[in-house]
Amino acid sequence: MTQRQVQHRINLKTQGLACGRGDTVLAADLSLEVAAGTALLLRGPNGVGKSTLLLTLAGLLNPLSGNVVFEGADPEAGPFIHHCGHKNAVRPRLSVVETLKFWADINGPGEVTPSTALDRVGLGRAAHLDAGYLSAGQQRRLVLARLLVSPRPVWLLDEPSAALDAAGRDLLAALLADHLRNGGLAVIATHDDITLPGAATLTLGARA
Amino acid sequence: MSGFLGVLRRDLRLSFSGGGEVLTLVLFFVIVGAIVPFAIGPDRALLASIAPGIIWIAAFLAMLLGLDRLFRPDRDDGTLALYRMADMSMASVVAAKVIAHWLTAALPLILASPFLAMILAMDGATFWRTVLSLLLGTPALAAFGAFGAAITVALRRGGLLAPILIAPLCVPVLIFGVGAIAPLGGPDQASSAMLFLAALSLMAFALSPFAAALAIDWGEE
Repeated sequence: MTQRQVQHRINLKTQGLACGRGDTVLAADLSLEVAAGTALLLRGPNGVGKSTLLLTLAGLLNPLSGNVVFEGADPEAGPFIHHCGHKNAVRPRLSVVETLKFWADINGPGEVTPSTALDRVGLGRAAHLDAGYLSAGQQRRLVLARLLVSPRPVWLLDEPSAALDAAGRDLLAALLADHLRNGGLAVIATHDDITLPGAATLTLGARA
Repeated sequence: MSGFLGVLRRDLRLSFSGGGEVLTLVLFFVIVGAIVPFAIGPDRALLASIAPGIIWIAAFLAMLLGLDRLFRPDRDDGTLALYRMADMSMASVVAAKVIAHWLTAALPLILASPFLAMILAMDGATFWRTVLSLLLGTPALAAFGAFGAAITVALRRGGLLAPILIAPLCVPVLIFGVGAIAPLGGPDQASSAMLFLAALSLMAFALSPFAAALAIDWGEE
């Protein structure tokens, strides 16, 4: 659990991937390719399987068929994926900086200290507040700080811009641009317009 | 290691910062013990002879009460998914949680046990043996409890199921726990019961994190 740099470049490939919940297939025969330094935006109506696809890519759900391969990943180097779901994992009674320190502890701390990360996402002044007092948008910003304190090359973000204000969306775009420039990879499920240079878009449920 | 300490620190902080949870368990423990004299009448000799059993049952019930907060809040707010992506094994997360559970649900009971000893008319020597047997035996209850809580965390109404599941596992702990206090066949048996109790705790604490981690991983899929 020592400090880790952003690891070598990782490419994401899936072959004939089908994902779903239980017996219900939500998305079938997906062959994705996301190279290091690029992003993929997932779009589509509610309930079409965007979140399920992200959970499957993260390895939190088993694929119904097909497989997910992260090329260039070193299995010895520890986990390399950040997954941010709908739930913020924020507990009201812990302070903001304690929450972030806890995340850095369990995910393996990097070079960015929790206080620097909080300044970056605009929560510097709220650092010692109870996390329960944060607004929904501020909690979302706190989740973004989690991506910064533990560098990992693959970001799987589920509606990261939900509840964020205009400045927050700009911040998200800037963080993503930095991440991609450093050779990272991102898959983002969203309904908002996230301006990312060179991002591909996959619309789920278009065929149906 | 930083992850292990991080989980431990967070769980302790969450238990004590609210204040109410730990105090509720302690009050429950004292009240269960305190109503027994009302139920069976003020017979000092009888009370003193069943006091070890009452203290153990009160501790067992109070620890079962605290089980539901072990994994369920973490599952509800998404922290459990975070643990599965963390740079530490699920078994070490569970081990840290078992230690935190013991510190917040068992240690306060042991500290409160002098009250019960007084109410139940225990003599000094018996009281100290009670404290020692609780210290040695409650880690096993915490470890078995974590196992039960992990199995039922994926069930929506699993909160009451965990105590039922682990009750049979806890029977030996109660037998040796009370045996270590109220020896039936002389002091020699008391010390061997104490050793058995310690062995049970060590074994449960060594094995339950792995079993609980497996249960959580399977339950989430």
